[in-house]
Amino acid sequence: MTTPMVKAEGVHKSYGAAHILKGIDLEVAPREVFCLVGPSGSGKSTFLRCINHLEQINAGRLSVDGRLVGYRQKGDKLYELKDSEVAAQRKDIGMVFQRFNLFPHMTAIENVMEAPVMVKRESKAVARARAVKLLDRVGLGDKGGNYPAQLSGGQQQRVAIARALAMEPKLMLFDEPTSALDPELVGDVLDVMRGLAEDGMTMIVVTHEMGFAREVGDNLVFMDGGVVVESGHPRDVLGNPQHDRTKAFLSKVL
Amino acid sequence: MTDKLDKVPGPAATPPAGGLPPEAIRAIPVRHYGRWVSGIVVIGLVVALAFAFSQGNVRWQTIPDKLFDSSIISGMLSTVWISVCSMLLGLVLGVLFAVMRLSKNPVTSTIAWFYIWFFRGTPVYVQLLIWFNLALIFPLLNLGFYKDEMTQVMTPFLAALLGLGLNEGAYMAEIVRAGIQSVDEGQSEASHALGMTQTKTMRRIVLPQAMRVIVPPTGNEFINMLKTSSLVVAVQYADLLRAAQDIAATSFAVMEMFIVASIWYLALTSVFSVGQYYLERRYARGSLRSLPPTPLQKIKANLSRFSNRKAVA
Repeated sequence: MTTPMVKAEGVHKSYGAAHILKGIDLEVAPREVFCLVGPSGSGKSTFLRCINHLEQINAGRLSVDGRLVGYRQKGDKLYELKDSEVAAQRKDIGMVFQRFNLFPHMTAIENVMEAPVMVKRESKAVARARAVKLLDRVGLGDKGGNYPAQLSGGQQQRVAIARALAMEPKLMLFDEPTSALDPELVGDVLDVMRGLAEDGMTMIVVTHEMGFAREVGDNLVFMDGGVVVESGHPRDVLGNPQHDRTKAFLSKVL
Repeated sequence: MTDKLDKVPGPAATPPAGGLPPEAIRAIPVRHYGRWVSGIVVIGLVVALAFAFSQGNVRWQTIPDKLFDSSIISGMLSTVWISVCSMLLGLVLGVLFAVMRLSKNPVTSTIAWFYIWFFRGTPVYVQLLIWFNLALIFPLLNLGFYKDEMTQVMTPFLAALLGLGLNEGAYMAEIVRAGIQSVDEGQSEASHALGMTQTKTMRRIVLPQAMRVIVPPTGNEFINMLKTSSLVVAVQYADLLRAAQDIAATSFAVMEMFIVASIWYLALTSVFSVGQYYLERRYARGSLRSLPPTPLQKIKANLSRFSNRKAVA
């Protein structure tokens, strides 16, 4: 049996008194497109941010590709990883944000080149060549010299995807990548994501795009109140929900 | 932006398709009598002030005579030198203490708080005097590897540098802190998610963006520094004001020499204001869709427009 790309066992997370995640268990297989859906405040974004240690979990175990996230286990003791070790873990995990978070003081191509040059110590020529290819792939080959403020939301999000791919990650996290976009720009971003899925990228996608989940997703989890309510193949969960809470949610969004 | 607008013929100039152009409005403009009255009053006051000065006992010829006096020029250069050095020290300390102040380590953030509290809370004049008179309480400077008499070490330059620089550092720390905090948290999250460490994130992502917020008040601080540096007369540093006072003492042209000093201070602050404009423009990259033209570019654009027009004619 292959190691799961992501494995969560009893993951808990709270901010002060607010208990956001109340025991999440799930596994994401390599090359799988894994969709997380649920009402806002259900903890799906928080869980996604735990996977690359932007948030620290309070209890449970969370590992990526067989390695604990943010900790090292020796015997039965956990040791926190140093900043540089956490950074090294994140190299292999790409993330795309709802609000794009492109670096506004750099052009599109500089955004894509930044991490390979600064983190992997690649030469600028090598990084630039790959950046050109990636921008081409997301359909923005002619926009490399533009600053983010000169691009539309959909274009910015596609640059953000290219920026994440430049590190050649083995896992991509998408945090509501189309929620901040005008409806007519959503399609271009979803097309890029569809292409990635076809190339076999392991993806975890927090989304409200049920059409995309049904068509591209291999697995879907419905979360509410910090727990997994229902999971299975998107066709089954979306087409024939078993749980009342799932039915109520889907009746509103579909 | 504006020169772009100038180049493109306005849409009003082209008649709307399929109709006659609307008749242009010719109305009698409102008469602003108040503007006339206030203009005349202000001009009257300025003339009265100029007249008063012309009647004053000012030896005007002294001013151009002494403006380029070699001791005035060297004093002016000393003023620029101590201002630049103090500002650089202030900048380095400012970034250092801003980062300390924002750090999660309670010891460093508390120390930074006390530094800012002390150096912002006491007059810079007093701080200059404290540095200059340090020999009174520490006659000997002993750093272990270096030992000397304090009066030998604490030259006027060093006293001025420490007095102005450490004071400036406290103000800069607050400016830099505001700049760092103005950068959206999503920026460091995106940088961390790409595998960049805290240090790289600060250096490559946060500080360059903070600069946009930091530069304008820093330019202000530097212009203030050029003027505040006149206080270093207190520690025997030979700056512009000191040179002017020295000449005044021997030639008895006291007011004339203060005017000479003022002319130089105005010239210096004007020159550095222009520099600040270009610096701000540099760090506005990416935050505006198109950068405003520099004065030089504006002139060029106007010239080329002019020559185009000639060519057409």
